[in-house]
Amino acid sequence: MDRTTIDLWFGAFVTAGFVALLVLAFKVGNLGAERAAETYRVEARFDNIGGLKVRGPVRSAGVLVGRVQDIHFDNERFQASVMLALDKRYSFPKDTSASILTSGLLGETYVGLEAGGDDKKLAAGDRISITQSAVVIERLINQFLFSKAQEDAPPPKAAAPAAAAPAAKSPAAAAPAAK
Amino acid sequence: MAERRNRLRRPIATLGHKFVDGVWRVGVMARFFFLVLASSGTSFARFRLVMREVYFSGVLSLVIIIVSGLFVGMVLGLQGYETLQKYGATESIGVLVALSLVRELGPVVAALLFASRAGSAITAEIGLMKVTEQLTAMDMMAVSPMARVIAPRFWAGVISMPFLAALFAAMGVFGGYVIGVVLIGVDNGAFWSQMQAAVDFRYDVLNGVVKSVVFGIAVTIIATFEGYDAPPTAEGVSRATTRTVVSSALTILALDLVLTAFMLRGED
Repeated sequence: MDRTTIDLWFGAFVTAGFVALLVLAFKVGNLGAERAAETYRVEARFDNIGGLKVRGPVRSAGVLVGRVQDIHFDNERFQASVMLALDKRYSFPKDTSASILTSGLLGETYVGLEAGGDDKKLAAGDRISITQSAVVIERLINQFLFSKAQEDAPPPKAAAPAAAAPAAKSPAAAAPAAK
Repeated sequence: MAERRNRLRRPIATLGHKFVDGVWRVGVMARFFFLVLASSGTSFARFRLVMREVYFSGVLSLVIIIVSGLFVGMVLGLQGYETLQKYGATESIGVLVALSLVRELGPVVAALLFASRAGSAITAEIGLMKVTEQLTAMDMMAVSPMARVIAPRFWAGVISMPFLAALFAAMGVFGGYVIGVVLIGVDNGAFWSQMQAAVDFRYDVLNGVVKSVVFGIAVTIIATFEGYDAPPTAEGVSRATTRTVVSSALTILALDLVLTAFMLRGED
């Protein structure tokens, strides 16, 4: 078969295109960053999962140890049932506790695992019994206002706006500071 | 009285005529599309025909694609930095640049550039072949112009488009890197690690490739059809070339909306 310059150009073009795709896949995208290690599934039930999503991270001591595999609503207990796929390299005691946490103020929601002291290890299909739900900011503010109102009891009406005022002011105060 | 009624009627009649004509063209174009698919056997049996067209529409578009990808990425980097700075999240600049390029700008802008760089050339070439009766001559020699001229150009476009879009996106990310990390001084590790955490291979990269393949099909079908359908005059060819660029651009943007609506569904 005779070779022509067109062949060379075609080859170069296709190679460049594939290289670009590989760059997008491995350098820009997450392919290869975490190749699916072998996992085992553990269930955890929460009263409230907040903004947790499927494929969200599971961290212990801040290290990624697994991913959220499935989330569904348990209609008998009225709780969220979250399936965690944990990396086989890591094993946790049976009394490990799981909580829904957020990284930073606006960061992603993740499941945090805190190891307990049990000798037995969590096995596939086990359930994490000690769980802590997501913190709902509105509820937090309500509690704060409530306790504040109880503290200086006599005029409860006056305390509520006073407590709300700094909260409303602070973002406005922060914005010029950032500039 | 009758004249006045006529004067009122004419614009409406013209509008109706244009509409019917448009629907007609869509129908003919659909038939044309299937005809191209039916006569693509030759393109693969004699793949050199396709390679030659990939050279003309793909390889020769490389310069414009790479340079504009670089600039678009750089502009995204600058603009993104300007906005993210207000929230103290400048490390997310990589995420912003990569996601917007891989999901949207890569396929769309590359397709728009491809339509104006290669699509218009295809239309002009086929239109001129028709004017000089080369297509008729081929028919006379029992060579199907569909198989010999149209189908290779179609497949060349479909093959080149994803590669061009990927190159565009990769160059854009590099441009964002140059602005963000090299010039502004965002942390290199955070730039790449946040990007990798946010860009998903299947949802973002592969969907971008799917988009670009669809755009490649749309642009080359429009370009070859306009050329094939052009009135065999100088004016006809010039009009067909204009129409290729305009209708490809509109088709790309409309298709992008539809595809994005399909792809983003069910992610959250």
